[in-house]
Amino acid sequence: MNMGQTLVEKIISRHVGRPVEPDQIVVVPVDWAMVSDTTGPLTIKAFRAMGGERVWNPDRCVMVIDHAAPAPNSRIANLHGLMREFAAEQGCVLVEAGQGICHQVMVERGYVQPGRIVIGADSHTCTYGALGALGTGMGSTDLAGVWLTGKTWLRVPRSLRVVFRGEVRPGVQGKDLILALLARLGIAGATYRSLELDGPALVPLPLADRLTMANMAIEAGAKTGFVHSRGLSIKGLEEPLVPDRDAVYEQTLTLDASRIGPLVSRPHSPDLVCSVEEVGGRPVQYAFIGTCVNGRLEDLRAAARVLKGASVHPGTRLLIGPASRKIFLEALAEGIVETLTRAGATFLPPGCGPCVGTHNGVPGDGETVISTGNRNFVGRMGNPKASIYLASAATVAASARAGRIADPVPYWEQS
Amino acid sequence: MANDLIRGRAHVYGDDINTDVIIPGKYTKTLDLEDLARHVLADLDPGFRSRMKPGDILVAGENFGCGSSREQAPLALKASGVAAVAAKYFARIFFRNAINIGLPVIEVDWGGIETGDELRLDLNAGRLENISRHTGFDAAPLPRGMLIILQAGGLASYMKIHRDYPE
Ligand code: SF4
Repeated sequence: MNMGQTLVEKIISRHVGRPVEPDQIVVVPVDWAMVSDTTGPLTIKAFRAMGGERVWNPDRCVMVIDHAAPAPNSRIANLHGLMREFAAEQGCVLVEAGQGICHQVMVERGYVQPGRIVIGADSHTCTYGALGALGTGMGSTDLAGVWLTGKTWLRVPRSLRVVFRGEVRPGVQGKDLILALLARLGIAGATYRSLELDGPALVPLPLADRLTMANMAIEAGAKTGFVHSRGLSIKGLEEPLVPDRDAVYEQTLTLDASRIGPLVSRPHSPDLVCSVEEVGGRPVQYAFIGTCVNGRLEDLRAAARVLKGASVHPGTRLLIGPASRKIFLEALAEGIVETLTRAGATFLPPGCGPCVGTHNGVPGDGETVISTGNRNFVGRMGNPKASIYLASAATVAASARAGRIADPVPYWEQS
Repeated sequence: MANDLIRGRAHVYGDDINTDVIIPGKYTKTLDLEDLARHVLADLDPGFRSRMKPGDILVAGENFGCGSSREQAPLALKASGVAAVAAKYFARIFFRNAINIGLPVIEVDWGGIETGDELRLDLNAGRLENISRHTGFDAAPLPRGMLIILQAGGLASYMKIHRDYPE
């Protein structure tokens, strides 16, 4: 029996050269292997422990220094040194500190293409689903296995389809749509599953919003998350990958985008989603725009739209971390950096910044943070006594302006 | 070599214990296992390190290990002496990572276990016994390939010999 295939089934089948079915365990060839400075040093250690001498294909092994870059202390500086040495010895692709966040760099450099399998030692590798690639996160030892063999093993996931119908409202961003879905699914609602996001509401969305949505598939536990490429016209996507019409989904959910307004995740879990009104008025001491979720040009533009000619509230500090050097340069050219800096924002070097609590702005005890990141677990930004709210770049900018959690829509309409 | 029969005292936690709680991001940038062990579960349960004895078993609810892909999470648990983790179910990446570094993990729908209970875990048979309360629970068996990797002590030791994944 030849059944229709979902995206993930199609990609894995092409890689193994025969049709696969959900729940099968298969060994697949890998197209790209990516590690960061959080996971790379351990990957090197595991690779050595395997008796590894040469990586399978150095041109396909990318090592990114982004999580704690530039190095905040000598211990981390030495781990970066270890990565540089290993990359030089093996001829791997090294992405230096300051060039950007691993997931953004992988996309910008064109490594991520439809139908590819990308294994990253970072849970947000699922971001690549916005381009129709099967990206999935694993740990350091798994990555060492890929370096050694060019392969990995996978359990073929079952697929969940999500249809966004209606139209996205002004001032509402991809972040709000994915938060609405997280509220539906919960933090484990897609565990071991492949998410396929589809529907007419997504067709007008730029790649940036789609990357945001695929990025947070892991926040529902998904192995990977695809956003269908309808409406996207970018290089390499001339032949988008689509699921078969008779593909079999474990479940199909429908969300009406027209009914989704600006949303916020409350502490301490990304799936604790509520409307901005519900928490509106809560004073915010620290606002952060950046990360692999929402540090793209479109996000900085949205922030500039909300803050143009205005000021960040005196009781709030606003930090901005562009997701890559390319984005920073584009934002400079558009005047966005000046608009935001004049409004009182502080720019950080391209990279993960304060997202994972290592450096670049740790919140104080009892402080409220509103961030465009993807996780707000206790201690995520380096202080277990801080409360982190998650929202879109527009909502974070509006909150920085108001000094309290605020709806971006009124500012959006004024401009 | 991972032990197929594990006996130890239970430390019981709830649902959705995420990797930021198991080992906060700020402590992950190290290759020193003792460094990791020092900060394990520190934000959730500051007393864990002093109460736990090598060989003890962590028992948790649903979705254990959700969040990041940091292998430092199972490594920190293993380095602090945890012999195994039994949870109702695990987040996918944590589960793989634990097997890969040779930390036994088992999915079991347990009930009525309290911190301090004496447990016996049989990985081969897929069974968790509560010796203190005379109860027992059948566990989901590990996929064969994972069991082979675990029995080799982890993926690195397995690869060192076989240079490829188990069939
Ligand atoms: S920006 Fe944050 S979530 Fe994204 S890769 Fe960096 S640390 Fe991880």
